[in-house]
Amino acid sequence: MKDAFISRKYVIMALIVLASLLLIVRLFVIQVVKDTYRLSADNNVLRYVTQYPARGLIYDRNKKLMVYNQAAYDLMVVPAQVSKIDTSEFCNLLEISTTSFRERMDEAVSYSRRAPSVFLKQISAESYARLQEKLFQYPGFYVQPRTLRKYSKPIAGHILGYVSEVDEALVKKEPYYKSGDYIGKLGIEEAYEKYLRGQRGVKIFLVDVYSRIKGSYADGRMDTIAVQGEDIVSSVDMDLQEYGELLMRNKSGSVVAIEPKTGEVLALVSSPNYDPGLLVGRIRSGNFSRLSADTAQLPLFNRAIQAKYPPGSTFKPINGLIGLQENVIAPSTVFGCNNGYLFVACHSHSSPLDLIHGISNSCNSYFCQVYRRILENPKYPTIEDAYSKWREYLTEFGFGKKLGIEFPNELNGLIPSPAYFDKYYGKNKWKALTVISMAIGQGEVETTPLQMANMTAAIANRGYYYIPHIVKSIGNDKKIDQKYLTRQVINIDSANFESIVLGMEQAVNGEAGATARIAALKDIIVCGKTGTAQNPHGRKDHSVFVAFAPKDDPKIAIAVYIENAGFGATYAAPVASLMIEKYLTGKVTNAWSEQRILDLNLIAGDNTQR
Amino acid sequence: MTTRNVNIWNRLDKASIAIFLLLVIIGWFNIYAAVYNEEHTRIIDLSQRYGKQFVWILLTIVIAVFVVVIDTRFYFFFAYFIYGGLILMLIFVLILGKDINGARSWFQIGSLSLQPSEFAKFGAALALAAYLNSTKQDLGKLRIFVISIAIILFPALLIVLQPDMGSAVVYFALFIVLFREGMSPYIFVSGLLMVILFFFTLVFNNQYLTIGLIAAGFALAWFVTRKWKLCLMGLGILIIVFFLIYGLNSLVIKSMKDEHVLFISVILSGAAYAVYFYNKKAVALFIIFLFLLGSLAFVNSVDFAFNNIMKPHQKERVEILLGIKSDPHGTGYNVNQSIISIGSGGFSGKGYLQGTQTKFKFVPAQSTDFIFCTIGEEWGFLGSLIIIGLYVFLLIRLIILAERQRSGFSRIYGYGVVSVFFIHFFINIGMAVGLVPVIGIPLPFLSYGGSSLWAFTILLFIFLRLDASRAEYLV
Repeated sequence: MKDAFISRKYVIMALIVLASLLLIVRLFVIQVVKDTYRLSADNNVLRYVTQYPARGLIYDRNKKLMVYNQAAYDLMVVPAQVSKIDTSEFCNLLEISTTSFRERMDEAVSYSRRAPSVFLKQISAESYARLQEKLFQYPGFYVQPRTLRKYSKPIAGHILGYVSEVDEALVKKEPYYKSGDYIGKLGIEEAYEKYLRGQRGVKIFLVDVYSRIKGSYADGRMDTIAVQGEDIVSSVDMDLQEYGELLMRNKSGSVVAIEPKTGEVLALVSSPNYDPGLLVGRIRSGNFSRLSADTAQLPLFNRAIQAKYPPGSTFKPINGLIGLQENVIAPSTVFGCNNGYLFVACHSHSSPLDLIHGISNSCNSYFCQVYRRILENPKYPTIEDAYSKWREYLTEFGFGKKLGIEFPNELNGLIPSPAYFDKYYGKNKWKALTVISMAIGQGEVETTPLQMANMTAAIANRGYYYIPHIVKSIGNDKKIDQKYLTRQVINIDSANFESIVLGMEQAVNGEAGATARIAALKDIIVCGKTGTAQNPHGRKDHSVFVAFAPKDDPKIAIAVYIENAGFGATYAAPVASLMIEKYLTGKVTNAWSEQRILDLNLIAGDNTQR
Repeated sequence: MTTRNVNIWNRLDKASIAIFLLLVIIGWFNIYAAVYNEEHTRIIDLSQRYGKQFVWILLTIVIAVFVVVIDTRFYFFFAYFIYGGLILMLIFVLILGKDINGARSWFQIGSLSLQPSEFAKFGAALALAAYLNSTKQDLGKLRIFVISIAIILFPALLIVLQPDMGSAVVYFALFIVLFREGMSPYIFVSGLLMVILFFFTLVFNNQYLTIGLIAAGFALAWFVTRKWKLCLMGLGILIIVFFLIYGLNSLVIKSMKDEHVLFISVILSGAAYAVYFYNKKAVALFIIFLFLLGSLAFVNSVDFAFNNIMKPHQKERVEILLGIKSDPHGTGYNVNQSIISIGSGGFSGKGYLQGTQTKFKFVPAQSTDFIFCTIGEEWGFLGSLIIIGLYVFLLIRLIILAERQRSGFSRIYGYGVVSVFFIHFFINIGMAVGLVPVIGIPLPFLSYGGSSLWAFTILLFIFLRLDASRAEYLV
């Protein structure tokens, strides 16, 4: 066959030869001529040493330190770089057994031969010091510094939260976190995690095949500096908190104290509680299991926001306010009480009473009748409408919904909607008398201690409140969420509030018949309301008390719940009074009252989880 | 044609088979080294790659025998069917293939994975050979030329859809076949120019490049015609048009870049030139002008394509190759590690199983795309030279075999084999030493992988069979 292009085969061959020569020359250059690659190969291991920033500190409202950091060290290992070592000496240094060593090595190897994993967590500073000088004898091992939390005082566990290692599910979801990072859980640690954690940095070192650091990679150009976490100033008054926890020891319940003008939470006590130091470092998981398993006392449970109680008589001021605002009563309106009203019983007291004395004597009849008037108000065509209006006022006070404090697991409480009763009884088949128990804070009404304290603050302010929050400021210049700085106004005239305040003043400072005289202080006008919440679980009633002081220009609003302690006046009122006095004057004058509270033990066994 | 009975086995080219076996065996030893792990010392360990490769090699021998046993006429008559079948496979894999890292390139049948893009290579070579043979390789005719290109590019296109740009690129190697069979060399030259222009566009500023091209165009025009006045006049027209449009842009449109203004000016000036070209039948000048226009259009479209069509990681690979970007721990990691590995091999290498880079797994994909690193590191410059030598020897041998074929079909197919092997060889090793952007394609017979090993074996042995039977046909 004639082939005109046969000479092209030479072109193609030439192409092949030329291309090969190109490759050969290049190979010659990089293999024979240039030395750098040999060196690069030797120093080829890059070690990324994470620079963990110090976690932000937490202070109380007076800038006293509540939580700070202590240094800890994790021992890391890269299995591929570990050569034969003197295992027994190594184990001696670390104070672990050789079996433990083997197990840990196996675990590291199964995770990855090349990537570092934690060999031994949080070795003590002493171990670290001893290990440091000898570490070079154990290639493949190095130390990663970490920080752990330390608490100035073993209090405020619920408020502060704790710090633990981030779990795998979160590592997948949140790109910032890597396996082994720490993250705040519950309380302020969780709520303000983004500020407290700062920003991780990294230093990249060149390490040779024997794990020796040869220098910084790229002259440190790729390193990033760790950014310290921002400090948090919480609104809590550490002394008040400590005192509250002391008073509530051996009891089950909660105390919430708020500064009315700002909504700042001064103290949040939930009892039984635990020493936050138990949940730090290596001892955490053991202690956490133990605390979680304590189903009798539930120390991890934050009763201030996670427990719903019927408010009892402390609910009456609200109904009084609504009654005044709806013009179904006036301060001078009197109602009689026949040791009760219809089927609702009441204790003995003089009769009839006006509003102020209805409050101070905590008369059930009075408020049943007020409530009835509210619901049967001719202004509203149906009971659903009247009830809805009543419920609307309650919502304005923050009942039946989350208030919005920074903690993640706040409960809504319950103020049933009219639909609830419609469903249960049938539309238009229920009346004021069906739900009359809500007049006195029983029945379906459920509130949290936080909501009650907030209500008290609103009354103290005569008509507004700020959403309760636990943090005053963040870092140097960051303000807290705007919602905490926004005044929440209640659509009730302040004149009406004034009447209720007078009633609460009388409850504490009035003549015989006033239920809360035990709470009176010498030079401070305390306004309060007792409550004895019937316990739906059948045991003894809860002792409840809400108060604020001083009457004019109030500085503290407080709600106290003590489970199964009987009448409100018996124990809850003195606790409130003591705490108010402690907060306003710094000391307590009634040592006998204090001792009595300290001695009260309503829980079998010592509930101090220390 | 008359046939005569011939002992095929005696006539198979021994040199090629020898190199084939050598490469396959060296390949196995290297994969062992690349995957080497002090803990796994059993050789026939099916959970390890070298164990699997051992099995693939055994199968390959079986496949090679099978291929040789089949009659030559089968390949000749069924070329199109084989091609069509593989095209169907490429279509199916888009639908039924397993999604790995966003690409559907593999069929998963039980524990076996098959990659149709590897097999389609010999299909394309067969079809191309059959087609060109039947049309008497008359590549001058446009229709024949276009269909040949279609045969080559159709599988490439399907592979781009997977997406697997790397595997698609190899099909362009078949242009070498077209070249041998009479395609105009200008096309090759244009192709080469395009590649050079492509890289120039990325490295140099577009404005300067445009001016440079225009200057080159006029210089060439003068060189061809030696008419000073004419060229200056042409330049003058261009400058006037340019200022007009520049003014228009500054005052009214305001959105065109300078190089676009230049480009438009050239086009418009062309209108004026056209008159001259037509009157004086200045064919050479016309061609020069077309080239200029084409180059400018190409430069602009490369810009567009690079920034808007290429995917970021592909862009990065090219930029890293050209040194525009340096990212040794990101996209440039593979290559950087590869060069370090190979470079650290020195003159005679570190010795078998002593490669620290490969031992500690610093080179990603080191048993597949970067298998050459193990050779470079453990056998040094000498070893690399030997391997390259083996490939070159094979390629040249195959060319010689191709030239001695009596039938056009066999010869064309032979060149197809050469082209495919060549491009894999050059790109794979070129990538490992940092001369070529990272395009993930295997090194024939050396890289780990059943599909590539079998596909290359089939590719080669079909040709060896065709070669062995050339004595069968007395034509």
